[in-house]
Amino acid sequence: MRLFLIKILSSIIFLTSTSAFACSISARVSIVGNEFPAIQTVGSGAKECKGAKVSANLTADHQKINVAGMSSEPAEYTSAIVANTSIVALLNEDLIRPLDSLVKKHGKGLKKNQLITIDGKIMAVAFMANAQHLVYRKDILKKLNIDVPKTYEEMLFAAKKIRDAGLVKNPVGGAYKAGWNLAQEFNNMFIGYGGSHFKGNTAEPNVNSESGVKALEMMKALSGYMNPDFLTHDSNATNAEFRAGNVAIMNMWGSRAATLVDVDGVSDEVKNGMDIAGPMTVGGGKIPASTLFWDGWTVAKKISDKEAEATFIAMTNAIRPSIMDNDDIRKQAVWLIDGYKPTEAAKGVFAAAKMSTTPYPMLPYAGLMHSAIGKEISDFMQGKETAKKTLSDIEDAYRASAKEKGFL
Amino acid sequence: MKHKTFFWFILPTFLAMFFFITLPIISVTIQSLHTPHENVLVTVENCDPFGCKKATSINHEATQNLKKNNPLGKYVGLDIYFDRGHLAIEQVKNLWSKTNNFFEFLKLTADLPFYKALFFTLTFTFTVTPIMLVLGLLIALGVNSFNQKLKGLIIFFSLLPMIVTPLIGSIILFWMIDSRGIVGNFLQILFEDPGLSLKASTFLTWIMLIVYGVWHAIPFSFIVFYAGLQTLPKDQIESAQIDGANTFQQTIHIIIPHIMPLITFVTLMQLMDNFRVFEPIVGFNAEAHATSLSWIIFNDLGGETRQLSAAATSSILTIFGIIILLLPVLIKTWKEFEFKK
Repeated sequence: MRLFLIKILSSIIFLTSTSAFACSISARVSIVGNEFPAIQTVGSGAKECKGAKVSANLTADHQKINVAGMSSEPAEYTSAIVANTSIVALLNEDLIRPLDSLVKKHGKGLKKNQLITIDGKIMAVAFMANAQHLVYRKDILKKLNIDVPKTYEEMLFAAKKIRDAGLVKNPVGGAYKAGWNLAQEFNNMFIGYGGSHFKGNTAEPNVNSESGVKALEMMKALSGYMNPDFLTHDSNATNAEFRAGNVAIMNMWGSRAATLVDVDGVSDEVKNGMDIAGPMTVGGGKIPASTLFWDGWTVAKKISDKEAEATFIAMTNAIRPSIMDNDDIRKQAVWLIDGYKPTEAAKGVFAAAKMSTTPYPMLPYAGLMHSAIGKEISDFMQGKETAKKTLSDIEDAYRASAKEKGFL
Repeated sequence: MKHKTFFWFILPTFLAMFFFITLPIISVTIQSLHTPHENVLVTVENCDPFGCKKATSINHEATQNLKKNNPLGKYVGLDIYFDRGHLAIEQVKNLWSKTNNFFEFLKLTADLPFYKALFFTLTFTFTVTPIMLVLGLLIALGVNSFNQKLKGLIIFFSLLPMIVTPLIGSIILFWMIDSRGIVGNFLQILFEDPGLSLKASTFLTWIMLIVYGVWHAIPFSFIVFYAGLQTLPKDQIESAQIDGANTFQQTIHIIIPHIMPLITFVTLMQLMDNFRVFEPIVGFNAEAHATSLSWIIFNDLGGETRQLSAAATSSILTIFGIIILLLPVLIKTWKEFEFKK
């Protein structure tokens, strides 16, 4: 009997130790990336690897530091977690390496659609999809007998009804903080009205159009139902407003919506009332006023092959199919990982994909356009200038920076 | 001091200044005259989870050759200085010929990013500096006349705003003045306007930043003036009292002339400090309403766009701005020095 117990015990110890040591690496791994639940999961997954130091710097300011941190020789960061927006800066500076041979050697668990290829070379491994979509309070809509908005026009109508009924003073939420966030909301709306940012395949700007004017006017109309401080609210602040019950309908990131009400201090009313739906269309258009994103990881170019291999192993370990067995992790995002079964929280992003939402363009000059929009648009939102003037300011600002960076 | 002694005494400082100030400024100047090479663009096929698509990309091998032959980039002279992001010569000329009156011209010029930042920076500098000088002096005079036992405690509390890191201080205040924060809510009740928001109006944001600037800078002027007050000539004050001068007259005719060098010093420091206002704009999320020259540099450097040449140019323009700003004070000091000689 005693022998039997020892046998069981030792086999348990053996089992747990082998699973913990399943990933072993022989060189340092250093990760930089954005900060939200799914990425934190990836960061801690990489840290499970033993044999060398694995460190992760996950911060909302990752875009400000990843280029600098990967430019030195050797690079400080061996891997950057990026999205289709932020990979461009790394590609432009030639800071990440092709992964074809590493995928062949260590990437058995990866699905083909996880591999991001640029000109035939694998440059990143995606692990999740993301999009902005509707998040709303079903209890409030039900009380007033309003259907779930499918278009921004319906959202405005719902907002008016909620405000008039005196339920929520500023019912609409949105990450309208001047800068990147505000520009992203413009991109969504602009695409929803059928606009395209550049002329054909060139770097010439093309936002000063009727779609641009309509997009700005819709944003202005929405902001009338927002907290007057909207130009200072990023997605964190907007979520806080929703949790506090101050917002009833908003356009929010799928990656944040899933775990939105899972924090302490949220009232039951908000917790039970929250629901999500697909992205909205605008102006009678068919394509949603939203953009599709993938999040994935890259491996730095300016590091030794040994470090690159260790990084690849650790990052692959972080997104191995077996993590899909954990319900909490499964809920965090729309994973692209093999074996993922969608949860209730994923329906918004899935609807976005089904409605053929436009993916954010991976163009070398897209970032310059994004920052020009972010800089110029707040004057219009404050009513300081006309839509036409703002749009021509955006084009001028973009032209100046694109000329400097050698694109025009 | 003998010239030789002076030389050895100043050498370490001089070397440090040369390596850490002069050389970087030269490097930034060179950077501001160059831009990156033109990118060789190619159309390639990119695939992601949402499908494959033809897209434009940079041909690195072709661009690499250009970079190797000329690592500094392309020489563009003063092009960046004159572009829309900086002095915007062409746009300003256009506005000058298009507008009917000077006020309209100013208003439209203030919409260009560089001038927008310059207007706020100058407004901030020229309101915060005088207010802070006067209040700092008043607090110093007040504390000086306090009971000896209480002085230490009062000085400690007066210094607190300067001890708090500017960024942290502004973030704390940012939440306090939120329309649901303690200060914001109080103001709503005070003015009986439930829709009042300090963060939503440009005018109120500017006032808020200026008040913050004063709050943060007062301890500096206060402590310098307070130190100066400890060296007041007692006999002069006594004779003034005997002659029947009241407190105000004593302050104007004895105290202020006595601490004049300190006032010049504080003005000089604060002009420089306030001209490079930066942290409160970030902390108060105020970039929709107010930008400063330093903020433009930070914004160009950060993020995915990394416009090094634009940031270098803004830096050089900021240095010029500080030189122009300090010139009157420097000339005055120099004249006094010559006079004493």
